[in-house]
Amino acid sequence: MADVDLSKLDTIRDADIAREPTVVVDDVHIVYRVHGAGSGKGSATSAMSRIISRKRSAGVREVHAVRGISFTAYKGEAVGLIGSNGSGKSTMLAAIAGLLPTEKGGIYTNGQPSLLGVNAALMNELTGERNVILGCLAMGMSPADVKSRYQDIVDFSGINEKGDFISLPMRTYSSGMGARLRFAIAAAKTHDVLLIDEALATGDQAFQQRSKKRIEELRKSAGTVFLVSHDNSSIREVCERTIWIEHGELVMDGPTEEVVSRYERGERP
Amino acid sequence: MSTVSEPVSLSAPRGADAGLTPKQLADKYGLAVSGRRPGLISYTKQLWARRHFIWAFATARLVAQYTDAKLGQLWQVVTPLLNCAVFYLVFGVILKSKDNFPPDTYIAWLCIGVFVFQFTQNAVQSGTRAISDNLGLIRALHFPRASLPIAFTVIQLQQLLISMVVLVGTVLISGITPGRTWLLIIPALLLQMMFNTGIALVMSRLGAKTSDISQLIPFVMRAWMFLSGVMFSIQDKIKEWPHAIQVLMSVNPASVYMDLLRHAFAPIIYNKHQPQHQDLPHHQWAYGIGWAVVMFVIGYVFFWKAEEEYGRG
Repeated sequence: MADVDLSKLDTIRDADIAREPTVVVDDVHIVYRVHGAGSGKGSATSAMSRIISRKRSAGVREVHAVRGISFTAYKGEAVGLIGSNGSGKSTMLAAIAGLLPTEKGGIYTNGQPSLLGVNAALMNELTGERNVILGCLAMGMSPADVKSRYQDIVDFSGINEKGDFISLPMRTYSSGMGARLRFAIAAAKTHDVLLIDEALATGDQAFQQRSKKRIEELRKSAGTVFLVSHDNSSIREVCERTIWIEHGELVMDGPTEEVVSRYERGERP
Repeated sequence: MSTVSEPVSLSAPRGADAGLTPKQLADKYGLAVSGRRPGLISYTKQLWARRHFIWAFATARLVAQYTDAKLGQLWQVVTPLLNCAVFYLVFGVILKSKDNFPPDTYIAWLCIGVFVFQFTQNAVQSGTRAISDNLGLIRALHFPRASLPIAFTVIQLQQLLISMVVLVGTVLISGITPGRTWLLIIPALLLQMMFNTGIALVMSRLGAKTSDISQLIPFVMRAWMFLSGVMFSIQDKIKEWPHAIQVLMSVNPASVYMDLLRHAFAPIIYNKHQPQHQDLPHHQWAYGIGWAVVMFVIGYVFFWKAEEEYGRG
């Protein structure tokens, strides 16, 4: 590990002023344990024999999703994460958010990072209005804060553009509407570290423009934004730095234009 | 480890920080391990800051519970009534438990028992699912996870208060007049609420880890109900049993809270063996307070110990 850092030191040309780090990922390995993989789990006799023999279930398989990734992100940076499906990008974000334990290595963050994913449903049986209020209260806002921000959040999400949808239960929303509302709720608070996992992809053009503006604002207020996306143009637009991950390993970490164009040509360094 | 071929590494610390290892850099700027569990006191402070969330969440859930049903909120009252009707038919009429009671009072005695036991039963059942059913919310937003089991206990309390209206009606129809002891209903319910919160916290940690628990819970709860004397007087049955079991049965928290509330509502039926002696033995209150405090503290600490693990996997 130390060797790598030393080799990196040699490459620094302009000794800038020290920047304040917000996320430090130090040689992280993440191993998933998947239950119910393979055969044997379903049958009652095998379950019995497993309990009697006190052996670890044969149905548990280990998936080594992230293998030794290290990087440091600083205040005011927007970092893109690219790579093919299953390369470990989303796993990396979940681990930064503290939702996945690391097998080895450490992840250090400034404050509590917030993860915005596509599947992160809030309370489906409640109305959009309730979701906004409860989401804001859960993030620690006071009832007065929520009241004053409520209209902004609804306007930002654009849910009410085509009629009064905010008073309908969230389960009736299209996936795009749901994602927009969730992003609007989460973006209402200033986060030190905001992790966005494909959450913008489902929104329409106008919403994407609004959210890019909001990400810009969050960066200016000295936050750090991570963006996982398969849409290279939005990575180019939002992030000035990009990390390319493949098979759970870091392939390239550098200025967006260089990394993304190499990724598009399929040239691994 | 892949090497970075960029001429300028964007990761490496610059200026005064150049040369620090990632760990040293993190320490220097006071970065904390992501997702680490806060200390017990700061956790409690965070939880207190979420009190509005807990209340709003409970209210919203309670209202949304019956949105699909045509009768809507009416089910809040109808469900406990139907429950009492079934128990009255089976235990009162068919098994003749009511014959041992002063005339017309069995239905009140039964209803109090059913509602009080269901308060705890629902807390256990919803506690078991509090974490596992709300993984979306847990993964999307950051808040002290204990908010959820506590909110579900608040839902049960709100539901119980609605059932209380039915209960008061039943008690009055049975010819029991309100007395000074009715003031004791409030502290008794608060103690039970505390006990329920504790047990819901324990169950939600267990339920979050092992989904098998939710299969087992209905059987455990049914056994507990029959052993607690909800629809027949358990005191009648245990007199010839060994002393140790008698003690065990008398400290059973479900029986303790039922006794406290039966006494509070209607001192004349709380113990039919002592028609003259209508005072509740004081040790029942001691048991009630003891269970509430012990269960709450155990549940809270037990839940907090795994705070960073909820939502994983």
